[in-house]
Amino acid sequence: MVLQSLKSCLWLSCILRTPKACFWSTASGGLIIQSVSNDVYQNLAVEDWIHDHMDLEKQQVLFLWRNSPAVVIGRHQNPWQECNLRLLRQKNIKLARRRSGGGTVYHDLGNINLTFFTTRKKYERMENLKLVVKALKALRPQLDVHVTDRYDILLDRQYKISGTAAKLGRTSAYHHCTLLCNADKFVLSSVLKSPYKGLKSNATPSVPASVKNLFEEDPSLTSEMLLDAIAKEYATQHQIDHHITVINPADETLLPGISHKTKELQTWEWVYGKTPKFSVSTCLNMAYKDSVLDVKVNMDVKHGRIEVCNIDLPEQWLPPGLYSELVKSLTGSKFCPNEITTLVTTLLRVCPQDNELHSRWSLLCENMIMLM
Amino acid sequence: VCIHRVTSCSSIHFIKSKYVCVFDKSALKFSHQQRLLRTSAVSHGQIVQFKLSDIGEGITEVTVKEWYIKEGDSVSQFDSICEVQSDKASVTITSRYDGVIRKLHYSIDDTAFVGKPLVDIEIDTSKGVAPEEDVVETPPMSHEEHTHQEIKGHKTLATPAVRRLAMENNIKLSEVVGTGKDNRILKEDILNYLAKQTGAILPPSPKAEIVPPLRKTETVPAAPKDKARKLPVPVSRPIAFSGKDKTEPVTGFQKAMVKTMSAALKIPHFGYCDEIDLTQLVQLREELKPLAELRGVKLSFMPFFIKAASLGLLQYPILNASLDENCQNVTYKASHNIGVAMDTEQGLIVPNVKNVQVCSVFDIAVELNRLQSLGSAGQLGTSDLTGGTFTLSNIGTIGGTYAKPVILPPEVAIGALGKIQVLPRFNGKGEVFKAQIMNVSWSADHRIIDGATMARFSNLWKSYLENPASMLLDLK
Repeated sequence: MVLQSLKSCLWLSCILRTPKACFWSTASGGLIIQSVSNDVYQNLAVEDWIHDHMDLEKQQVLFLWRNSPAVVIGRHQNPWQECNLRLLRQKNIKLARRRSGGGTVYHDLGNINLTFFTTRKKYERMENLKLVVKALKALRPQLDVHVTDRYDILLDRQYKISGTAAKLGRTSAYHHCTLLCNADKFVLSSVLKSPYKGLKSNATPSVPASVKNLFEEDPSLTSEMLLDAIAKEYATQHQIDHHITVINPADETLLPGISHKTKELQTWEWVYGKTPKFSVSTCLNMAYKDSVLDVKVNMDVKHGRIEVCNIDLPEQWLPPGLYSELVKSLTGSKFCPNEITTLVTTLLRVCPQDNELHSRWSLLCENMIMLM
Repeated sequence: VCIHRVTSCSSIHFIKSKYVCVFDKSALKFSHQQRLLRTSAVSHGQIVQFKLSDIGEGITEVTVKEWYIKEGDSVSQFDSICEVQSDKASVTITSRYDGVIRKLHYSIDDTAFVGKPLVDIEIDTSKGVAPEEDVVETPPMSHEEHTHQEIKGHKTLATPAVRRLAMENNIKLSEVVGTGKDNRILKEDILNYLAKQTGAILPPSPKAEIVPPLRKTETVPAAPKDKARKLPVPVSRPIAFSGKDKTEPVTGFQKAMVKTMSAALKIPHFGYCDEIDLTQLVQLREELKPLAELRGVKLSFMPFFIKAASLGLLQYPILNASLDENCQNVTYKASHNIGVAMDTEQGLIVPNVKNVQVCSVFDIAVELNRLQSLGSAGQLGTSDLTGGTFTLSNIGTIGGTYAKPVILPPEVAIGALGKIQVLPRFNGKGEVFKAQIMNVSWSADHRIIDGATMARFSNLWKSYLENPASMLLDLK
């Protein structure tokens, strides 16, 4: 693997859509790059950057990347439906929304990501996946891996080791897929299980599948070996040298505008705000003093914000003025536990200073926050 | 010679009246294609049905997931129109024309069909040029230039809208540097060329041509208009300021702050300020820091300030009280739950350390560490944020000396701590020495607290901090 640093203007001029005389582009029909970063947002930003700025007519690109623990949801998915957000926050696992469609995946360093960049016309997912299978078989001929018509790669006809998603723009397209080498299956299954009940939405649902690591099948395999094998196969098929160019997603001179893209991917408005409209219809079981209260809650959430909120409390359980104040404040607020916590605790400051009232308020609010 | 080419591509379907005099929108029902003529004095635009083009892989239908525009919006060529999804692929559909959106044929979650109309766009033809025509001296352009196919070669590429602009301003396209894809000449290039000629600052265009540093819009288009990234070229361009005011509703946490602060300012505040010589405390902290680190705790100055405040409150419990709504009763709170103002991404939050009266300085440091890490992760719980009785705000970590803090109801007092500065002071012998000085600004509720009480409390608190050993005498 030859590592090359890319700080020359010439490289830039080759890849940008302003064609200038360039000694690279005519020679190769492909480029293999690998990210030095394990930050999911930075790596997704690189995908965006290549999609928006690179001229893929003359050369296609294979991008290799790995992330530290993160859950990545598809463009049109609902994170509340797809994963255990509470667990993610506790374990400090990042949540990212990618721009391609498809379902939710868990990434850690035991999973490798491959992105195939082509022009819109040359978009061909099957070909790419067949390339991956060919590479795996070349590495370990005894591996029973094949591509399904849902664009998954199965091991032993049973276990999913790779999932696929794609993004098509005006002139370019990319197809990316995961490949499970040695990921933490325990964490994977626990974070991808949503505890939230009563959600109704038209967001793209994920199709759960049994997974297995390639490492379990053959402990001699490592992520590096797999990356190298795939790069080699890509190089062969594109008739280019088998060398991988390393890029740093934080390099603004190399990738102008990348930090803006990275920041955008981390905003609440993108990660949560892009969730298609959904409703929450559930019942809170609040243990209060010696009884249990069943409180029906109905909320409509649009752009990640509470549009409509109805809480069916027993009459006079909270003073009516206070109840309407709560509902008024919740409306328009982010469907986010932190936002609601700070909101309700701040509101409490202007409530009558009554211990009974305070404990009821806290109980109700804590239960509401659990829904998020 | 101008070339008129009627498209045979099924994805473009022009509907246009043969007669040009009185152009009535109801005349736009002709479904057969017409030979396009150079028109004049057409006051209305023509409605073009933009059809969903082929996605590839034999896909015939997709689901509409998000609209980036709504009826009535103007769009430019290559602007994003909507996002559709098909079998794990998310596709950004971009506009083929400049114009105004007149109709959306689908709602969110509807199934859209390839080859069927997606949106109706009204193309502005009032300037007398049909969208298809070639104008200005350029080599004959094939009609396909307007579609998504790419032209390689040395032809001057520009959309009809750009050509029109150039023609109106008597500009030779060959003299303009194209910065778009394949050296395509974009509208900005014409504008820049013009600006260079006249030296004028051009009025901002309706759609901001200059890429702003952070474009915050509700829906973010996946493909921004100005896609070409230029190599740094030292050409001076007049920067037209196209910033617009942005109005947002006050929601959520901000709304709650509005309520709280409005209530707070109903309290008659008075202020009292002083300066504290922290020279000895600085030294003490230096000695204790490594000890705390051994126990896995970061020791700042705050635990000392908080403990000293609690000791002071034992002597002046009225500062740890609460006045009821009607100002009928004062409740002296038994617990010293001292709030610490924290600056987070969201804004100001005030978690509190519970029962400081029974905590050691180290206990307070541990609790502060916990609250700070939860605060920065956005994971503070309701119990951390409620029940406060007295607040300290260490604004000095950001900067400033004196402040005018606002009391947080239902409390009756608050202290703001400025930054620690090294300043020259006189000691008892009349010598100048280097002192570590910090300013404190107290605010208190004048309905139940008088100036003398505040001053005495402050003096006591100050004495504990200026001479930390004295804290030992009163520690419980």
